Amino acid sequence: MHKTFTFNYPKMKSLYITVLILFFNFSVLAQVDSTKVVTTQKDTTKLALNMDAVYARPFLKLGKLPISIGGYVEANTSYFATDGVTEGMSFQMPRMTLFVSSTIRNRIKFLSEIEFEEGGKEINIEFASLDVELHPLFNLRGGIIMNPIGSFNQNHDGPKWEFIDRPISSTTIIPSTWSNVGFGFFGKYAKNNLVWAYEGYFSNGFDDTIISNTENRTWLPASKENKERFEESFNGVPLITAKTALKHRKIGEFGISWMGGVYNKFQEDGIQIDKKRRVDLFALDFNTVLPKLKTYINTEWVWAYIDVPDTYTQQFGSKQKGGFIDIVQPILKRDVLGWQNSTLNLAFRMEYTDYNVGTFKETNENIHDDVMAITPGISFRPSSQTVFRMNYRYIWETDIFGNDPSKTAGIQFGFSTYF
Amino acid sequence: MKNKAYLILIVMTLGISTLTSCEDILTDAPADEEILDGPVEGLTSSEMLEFLEGDVAFNEEVFTTETGLGPLFVSTSCVSCHAGDGKGHPFTTLTRFGQTDATGNQFMHLGAPQLQNRALPGYLPEQIPAGATSAKFMPPANTGLGFLAALTDAQILANADPNDNNGDGISGVPNYITPPAFFLPKWFHQEINGKYIGRYGKKAAAIDLLHQTVNAYNQDMGITSSFSPIDTYSGLEIDPEVSNKTVNSVVFYLRTLKAPKRRNQNDAEVQAGEALFSNLKCAECHKPQWTTPNSDIASLSNKTFYPYTDLLLHDMGSGLNDGYTEGTALTSEWRTPPLWGIGLAKKSQGGQYFLLHDGRARSIEEAILMHGGEANSSKNAYQQLTSGEKQKLIKFIESL
Repeated sequence: MHKTFTFNYPKMKSLYITVLILFFNFSVLAQVDSTKVVTTQKDTTKLALNMDAVYARPFLKLGKLPISIGGYVEANTSYFATDGVTEGMSFQMPRMTLFVSSTIRNRIKFLSEIEFEEGGKEINIEFASLDVELHPLFNLRGGIIMNPIGSFNQNHDGPKWEFIDRPISSTTIIPSTWSNVGFGFFGKYAKNNLVWAYEGYFSNGFDDTIISNTENRTWLPASKENKERFEESFNGVPLITAKTALKHRKIGEFGISWMGGVYNKFQEDGIQIDKKRRVDLFALDFNTVLPKLKTYINTEWVWAYIDVPDTYTQQFGSKQKGGFIDIVQPILKRDVLGWQNSTLNLAFRMEYTDYNVGTFKETNENIHDDVMAITPGISFRPSSQTVFRMNYRYIWETDIFGNDPSKTAGIQFGFSTYF
Repeated sequence: MKNKAYLILIVMTLGISTLTSCEDILTDAPADEEILDGPVEGLTSSEMLEFLEGDVAFNEEVFTTETGLGPLFVSTSCVSCHAGDGKGHPFTTLTRFGQTDATGNQFMHLGAPQLQNRALPGYLPEQIPAGATSAKFMPPANTGLGFLAALTDAQILANADPNDNNGDGISGVPNYITPPAFFLPKWFHQEINGKYIGRYGKKAAAIDLLHQTVNAYNQDMGITSSFSPIDTYSGLEIDPEVSNKTVNSVVFYLRTLKAPKRRNQNDAEVQAGEALFSNLKCAECHKPQWTTPNSDIASLSNKTFYPYTDLLLHDMGSGLNDGYTEGTALTSEWRTPPLWGIGLAKKSQGGQYFLLHDGRARSIEEAILMHGGEANSSKNAYQQLTSGEKQKLIKFIESL
């Protein structure tokens, strides 16, 4: 019998949710005195990286309890039409997330993030890890980790973004939010204006639904439907994720990352049923703030390579690529309606995703199956923790043959806030 | 004071956003005559619901390993081959093999008639067996199929001239097909020695839309149904992978898809091209006008429509003889393809033409010049036209 390489945390998930619900019930019943609730300080050194996003959040600390809690919520309304056909106006609450952090002992911390999606239709533990600091350059992390591929997957909190929709390539090539059970290590070194960091993890990973799904294209998010990945590996081969990032205080942060592993079940009961087929993703990310204009620029680009059998259908691409660039320009920063240092921003996102890079065997012509979108928007931040945003979105989606693109356009209005 | 101004500004921004007509900044629907999908006019509410059900099954349902795809297949969904209900692309061209005459297919034990050229991981796709001839078939548009389905066999036979009694060099014969067990003849079908006239497919090998649909599920996607329960890989009967309800909804959808609408019909050059089309005797096979009898779907009853086909087989000469056939057709015989919607073919073929039965013609002119056999005199007459006349003729064909 083949023994799989597996991380088992099945009971921890349900136990954890129960404890958390009890904790919140207790908090409400106890009629908490809000004056005793303090907000923990965020890292303001400007040396925080994308990898620090899980901790760079506002937490509330209750008295002397060793636990800090926090969360964020997003809600919006949208009105879209595709090729002139609209489903009308709809209201969404795509997610509400709760985080709990606890310092167990000096240099031993636990942090978790639980997400309630679409009004509670789905409840996911997105992050639940124990961090053990042995040295600033060498920390251990284990539990449910967010694979550090690109920047968005780790730094995805709604209140940090001026756009209601998440970037297409970051959610459909990189299947953000993509987290798995695993362990690894990370470290950080800072000197003067520079900070360098690295991360590396072994975890459970993808399965063969990435090339067998109802999207009719290679679709890495299909593996997110497999909740079994929190209990056992699909094929016994760990997914490896590694990232390194370098930040200069005055220039910006640049990250390079890789995630790769075997996605198919190549043996069953010790019998070889297929060759090992790999999926590998490479990502680059960069963000900066232009010094005088205070323009914020954030970009991410990803390439995916998938070993699709030659005898399968070219409908499922063996290469994908895509990325986005966000430009956010503050145009007003002053007190508004009593909110100090409120900010009004203009924002613009451009994005492109090609799900099938290659040429048809039959014609040697380009395979399309791509999406392009632009999103101009305006956002108002009464504080850095809350954003009201209005976006106009225009999407061109071209089918595999390159026929005239289907056009979708619409307006969205919503908010996102930490609490 | 400042706060009041900001409040007014915010309220005004929200107000303007709300009041602005959303339609002004959203996408426009393409003109009805520029697309092939959409229902025939006049369907009842219940018919429209069934149309929508079939629309979802046809255009949205993608089969996977879990839902029965393959293990051998050509495509994963209906829409993969018929984007926007239009013609297919060489990527989705299917291959059939093994039959050379009316005695039947001699390679059925080796996977004939259709080559499943793709396979799930771990399986090997089929290969054409040694000694078998084959032909490639480009997926057709689904346009107006219900109108063709409503015609009577007597109407089709009225245009047949197997012995060329009128001496015009054009014969026209029906393809007589042995029906599958699930075929239920309607009042307008005529049985001849246990066979019925085929209407659909490049060789007119499918008698009705149920026949066509069931075969497509089974042969194109490896999906079994209670109508056709044999798995193409194992050759064994297995549980249905698609329900009768879904199959019937797809058939209803195909029956009630609208006929394509003409474009530039009043253009003088198009009208001149139409006259040339008739003068060159193209219309002898590409019969422009038909009228349906009474149908169980009121929207299809007693309607005059313009498919530009006679639904009969014609010898197209050696150039288009691939050495493969179906039913009683000769290997050089092909069913006259309906020309309606041909001007929109590019919209589903990636902005270019792949015409004739296997997509070998890259333009309408190339398609005309590849005609032979019974169409030889029409082709020769076309070659005698001036370049201006040729342009008018092509412009007319593109208006269909």
